[in-house]
Amino acid sequence: MEALMEPGRGVSERFSKLKGLAIAVAPHKGCGSSGGSGKSSCGSSAGSGDLPPDVWEKVKNHPCYSEEGHHHYARMHVAVAPACNIQCNYCNRKYDCANESRPGVVSERLTPGQAARKVLAVASEIPQMTVLGIAGPGDPLANPDKTFGTFDRVFKAAPDIKLCLSTNGLALPDHVARIKDFKVDHVTITINMIDPEVGARIYPWVFFRHKRYVGKDAAKLLSERQLEGLEMLTQAGILCKVNSVMIPGINDDHLVEVNKAVKSRGAFLHNIMPLISAPEHGTVFGLAGQRGPTAQELKALQDKCEGEMNMMRHCRQCRADAVGLLGEDRGAEFTTERIESMEIQYDAGKRQSYRDSVEVERSARRAAREQELLTLAGENSNRKILLAVATKGGGKVNEHFGHAKEFQIYEMSTAGAKFVGHRRVDLYCQGGYGEEDALAGVIRAINDCVAVLVAKIGACPKEELRKAGIEPIDQYAYDHIETSAISYYRSYLERLKSGAVADVERGDAVIRQGAFIEVGAPAGQAA
Amino acid sequence: MPYKIVASQCTGCSACEPECPNKAIFEKEGIFLIDPKKCTECIGFFDEPQCVAVCPVDKTCIVDKSLPRYQK
Repeated sequence: MEALMEPGRGVSERFSKLKGLAIAVAPHKGCGSSGGSGKSSCGSSAGSGDLPPDVWEKVKNHPCYSEEGHHHYARMHVAVAPACNIQCNYCNRKYDCANESRPGVVSERLTPGQAARKVLAVASEIPQMTVLGIAGPGDPLANPDKTFGTFDRVFKAAPDIKLCLSTNGLALPDHVARIKDFKVDHVTITINMIDPEVGARIYPWVFFRHKRYVGKDAAKLLSERQLEGLEMLTQAGILCKVNSVMIPGINDDHLVEVNKAVKSRGAFLHNIMPLISAPEHGTVFGLAGQRGPTAQELKALQDKCEGEMNMMRHCRQCRADAVGLLGEDRGAEFTTERIESMEIQYDAGKRQSYRDSVEVERSARRAAREQELLTLAGENSNRKILLAVATKGGGKVNEHFGHAKEFQIYEMSTAGAKFVGHRRVDLYCQGGYGEEDALAGVIRAINDCVAVLVAKIGACPKEELRKAGIEPIDQYAYDHIETSAISYYRSYLERLKSGAVADVERGDAVIRQGAFIEVGAPAGQAA
Repeated sequence: MPYKIVASQCTGCSACEPECPNKAIFEKEGIFLIDPKKCTECIGFFDEPQCVAVCPVDKTCIVDKSLPRYQK
């Protein structure tokens, strides 16, 4: 557990460089209008405007496919697929810890029958739950009977739940017909390379038709099967997202080529994720000291690919048994034991009325966002800034600084607020334990931001943030994120013009590597 | 009759079970075992033992030296 605070190799050196770049910010003088009635917004780079209407209709309530959707809707993964048919250098199947949150990690494996019961139990308690995904912990298509057996049961009992699966693609071409039969309309393929030379450094082997392939042969075979599968999905009208793990020095530049290749074959969304790699994970990369990207390296690559297609930036790289909104995991509430004893009442009407209320909220928010955007119409600054936001969902600035498990990052320009990512942090406020270290960790994680928007913040962290050049802002408490962010940005530009803030570039920030410890109710003391 | 699974290494992922041409692999308390009476080292079926080829943990499916090699 002590390893959880370990920020990973090289971080401390990098951070000491970053610290020197903190900018001077004048005392807070208020930032534009305060939130009024009807103010609302939801930061979304993947809002309806970026997608064809038929695609938007399919993805808008899918938290993993729509940034806007993920504020309102939850997903669950069921771990029915333990077997895998390839080996990746960033994965270690022997590792399993309840506090660990990353793909491939689960606490409990389920049979298709148990899984279907769990889905119904969760859906009847959490109306936000719209999506069932099967993502492992191995590869769903290396366990086709378990995967499709689960889909079959859920499809019959709760047809309003969207089904999706995530695969490495090796077995995909053999299963596209079945995927279509079960009306699985979302498939994610993890594609890390299209060049076998690159692939040989990521995949030690693949197992295909009774034979183990190694080296470049393995990578070539995998790549051909992935792209063939992607083309088949596109032809079958099944939406396909591509996940890529960014591994600095191995495939970082190459992912631009991957992006072009998958776009040309019909993938509609590309999700480039940072490598999670720490020695204690016991992966080949972790043990070899392979580092993950910094926040700015990741963002630069995502920005580079964005001209080509929609980029997903809200992925939380969750566990293969996660339950709840992205960024939260309520899996522990739904143990097999509890589900066995639960009386499940699946109420489709209640679920529909939740979705209806979200639609009303969304359209009000969209209108408010447009209105707020008009206030930027006269501005012609080239200055872009990043803002960190503490939120627990619903698209609002509604989390206390000290209770935030992550911060959402918005890039502000005269075009408006664009969601560009999130940063996980350790709780700053844990009832007095390790606060100094935790606060330094939070600052490292949002060091590239000009300000942090929070519902509430204590005097002490406020002071420390200011020293680090990050302005703590609590005046937008409980307002919608996007309108608040635009309002702050407008006042920032004004202060820039008047010389009240210095125009200094921010430095880089650190992507957190370790496991996250869920702390019950944080003890008293709101920071 | 010779392959066995090193229990301390097995992750219980089940990848080997459906690959065995002899249906010699079965689950017991979360990990997998090979019935030595059924194992043929995949001789007559495949070029390499399937459990070895698909297992995610190296040196987990190994020859059981306490038993004689499989004779066709």
